[in-house]
Amino acid sequence: MSDNQQISGGEALVKSLEHEGVDVIFGYPGGAILPVYDPIIDSSIRHILVRHEQGAGHMAEGYAHATGEPGVAMVTSGPGATNIVTPLADAFLDSVPMVCITGQVPYAAIGTDAFQECDTTGITMAVTKHNFLVTEAQDIPRIIHEAFHIATTGRPGPVLVDIPKDIVDPTNARSAMNWYTATDADMELPGYHPVAEGDRELIRQAAEMIRDAERPVLYVGGGILKARAADALRELAEMVQIPVVTTLMARGAFPDSHELNLGMPGMHGNYSAVTSMQKSDLLISLGARFDDRVTGKLDGFAPDAKIIHVDIDPAELDKVRRANVGIQGDCRLVIEGIITAMRELGGTEVQADRSVWRSTVSGWQEKFPLTYEQSAPGEKLKPQYVIEQLRDGNPSDTIVASGVGQHQMYTSQWWEFDHPYTWINSGGLGTMGFSIPAAIGAKAGMPDRRVWAVDGDGCFQMTAQELVTASVENIPIKVALLNNSYLGMVRQWQEMFYEERYSEVYLQERVPDYIKWAEAMGCAAIRVEAPEEVSPAIEKANEINDRPVVVEFVTDARENVFPMVPSGATNSELVVDPTQQHLLEGEQ
Amino acid sequence: MSADRFHTIVTTVENKPGVLARVAGLFSRRGFNIESLAVAPTDDDKFSRITFTVDVESAPLEQVVKQLNKLINVVEIRELAPSDAVSRELMLITVSADAGHRKELMEIIEDWRAFVLADNSDQIMLSFSARTARLDEFEECLRPFGIAEIQRTGRVALPSLD
Ligand SMILES: Cc1ncc(C[n+]2csc(CCOP(=O)(O)OP(=O)(O)O)c2C)c(N)n1
Ligand SMILES: [Mg+2]
Repeated sequence: MSDNQQISGGEALVKSLEHEGVDVIFGYPGGAILPVYDPIIDSSIRHILVRHEQGAGHMAEGYAHATGEPGVAMVTSGPGATNIVTPLADAFLDSVPMVCITGQVPYAAIGTDAFQECDTTGITMAVTKHNFLVTEAQDIPRIIHEAFHIATTGRPGPVLVDIPKDIVDPTNARSAMNWYTATDADMELPGYHPVAEGDRELIRQAAEMIRDAERPVLYVGGGILKARAADALRELAEMVQIPVVTTLMARGAFPDSHELNLGMPGMHGNYSAVTSMQKSDLLISLGARFDDRVTGKLDGFAPDAKIIHVDIDPAELDKVRRANVGIQGDCRLVIEGIITAMRELGGTEVQADRSVWRSTVSGWQEKFPLTYEQSAPGEKLKPQYVIEQLRDGNPSDTIVASGVGQHQMYTSQWWEFDHPYTWINSGGLGTMGFSIPAAIGAKAGMPDRRVWAVDGDGCFQMTAQELVTASVENIPIKVALLNNSYLGMVRQWQEMFYEERYSEVYLQERVPDYIKWAEAMGCAAIRVEAPEEVSPAIEKANEINDRPVVVEFVTDARENVFPMVPSGATNSELVVDPTQQHLLEGEQ
Repeated sequence: MSADRFHTIVTTVENKPGVLARVAGLFSRRGFNIESLAVAPTDDDKFSRITFTVDVESAPLEQVVKQLNKLINVVEIRELAPSDAVSRELMLITVSADAGHRKELMEIIEDWRAFVLADNSDQIMLSFSARTARLDEFEECLRPFGIAEIQRTGRVALPSLD
């Protein structure tokens, strides 16, 4: 379309999205957004009609996690907007680039308690990186360009654009606008200047600290993935030979199969990952934010460690733990800077002697591997066993999206993540129901990749209806439903911290009938109860590609996630698997 | 209450609807206490100025500034420590002024160099501008006469000239 042509705001909105390179919108129509749904018919953009607006939001997140491109969701005013607040909060805490378009009542009706009016920008202010209320049709191309710019630069995050109906409705004179293709030059963002380049002097200081450290650990967070810095990280780790821990948000940022990888730190982290951080003299934090699930009780966290903290968001530096060297910048650029600075300092020959540290750490790895007891004949499936079979029955570039609960921790622990962008989960907000819509979003963005959702029975009941979306839209994801009949993670806390007084955590084993439910939604469905059926069922599921598949694994409710740092305890009080507990003597 | 607890932050923000709500919302959700807040236009109608005083014991000043900086509509932030700033606050106050105490009251008004804005037989309305601590002291001086109404603006500040 040529510039200056007169079109309606609704057409301009769709054109603007096309111009931003959007290929999929996850959405749900309604009164206030109706005028935008008309030009959607003629657009090159694929619209995926979800079954609940929360699904649209998590699909946009899953799409963004898998592709690195911003996910786009579009919903109507009032209840449509409030239904997508949870995904916005989720994307905000996990720094997921996402643009959400919401319909709004006509501009003149704002503030009158009109039908399906709510203060969308007010409600979402605290859970978005930024939001806009557009008042003139003429501003639409510029604001959409600004929204994508803000969502994808600096620390990525969700941006919401609220659009009153009158400025997109072609029957209303207020919707007339002269089309223009918005460029960076049109943006009016005088207060937004993200900084990517790290300070060279600080980078040199960091390199010196790394050179001199005797017990260093690379503490790697989701920022590495956002910065597309996995290759740079690997080069640095291999150059300096420093062990790496990957947080829940960073699984896959460094290969699990790599000898330097100690796995996940934190509340359910591997013993060697948690303990090496505790005992280290230098934590090199790259795109991580010292979350309480990683640090445990802060007073007792890594007491002897100096801190190098690299983050694109300066507000993360010194927020939780004061850094000896805090560097604001893009992780990839800063890591490359550190590598260069290390070389200038004399390379790896001049590094401190870390042979004792290396052997201490590998001693922990040998002594305290992740472990669980296999089920005895006649007992229900062990969830860890199911995850191991899934891992072994799928290629290493399979994308795995998980829900929230024990099954999430088992998946993070027992899957082997060897590639970035293969692990998608809700880390910061811990949103039950995330996995199915996130997996659908990932598959929509990466149709050639195999996508498995690993879900709990509690989570499944929150967003399963999106499997209808997956069937109808032909997005053949696979769901491993770990049915332990319980809100397992809550049950675990009640067992350990509330004297086994189980309150409102039992969900029922046979109600609902997951097989019938899955079939009713157009999926293939398989129930697995015996260990020897696990692998064949996975194989069968992998052969079905004309519709989604749900495999229900009936698992043992008594199983708990270990290791575990009890909440409020320091990481030195890590509780390991009961079979390893006796080995702790002399270690802590 | 040490005077150094309160720092003044002067922000230039885009003059757009909802900006004050963004700033106020940020303060409340991050648990920062605002001691006072003043909003006014600037000489450029695209921008407004929000000046606030924060209790640095409620939150590290550094976090307050960094979080404010993340608001897209905040264009510039200046922190002014008490030692580097000249600050003023304005107070309007109506005090009882019956015949018996009128003479004494007029002496105080003269001493403190307050301005009389209105006067009837029962009450006097004054305007007084000074550092915040002086306003507190003046208020205490007037209290025995009977304060009918009082309004304060919150402080504004500029960097000192050296
Ligand atoms: C929306 C939401 N509500 C409540 C919680 C609290 N919560 C965390 S894990 C969990 C249980 C999850 O149960 P299920 O999906 O069956 O997983 P399991 O732990 O059994 O593997 C609950 C209730 C949450 N994280 N999200
Ligand atoms: Mg469960």
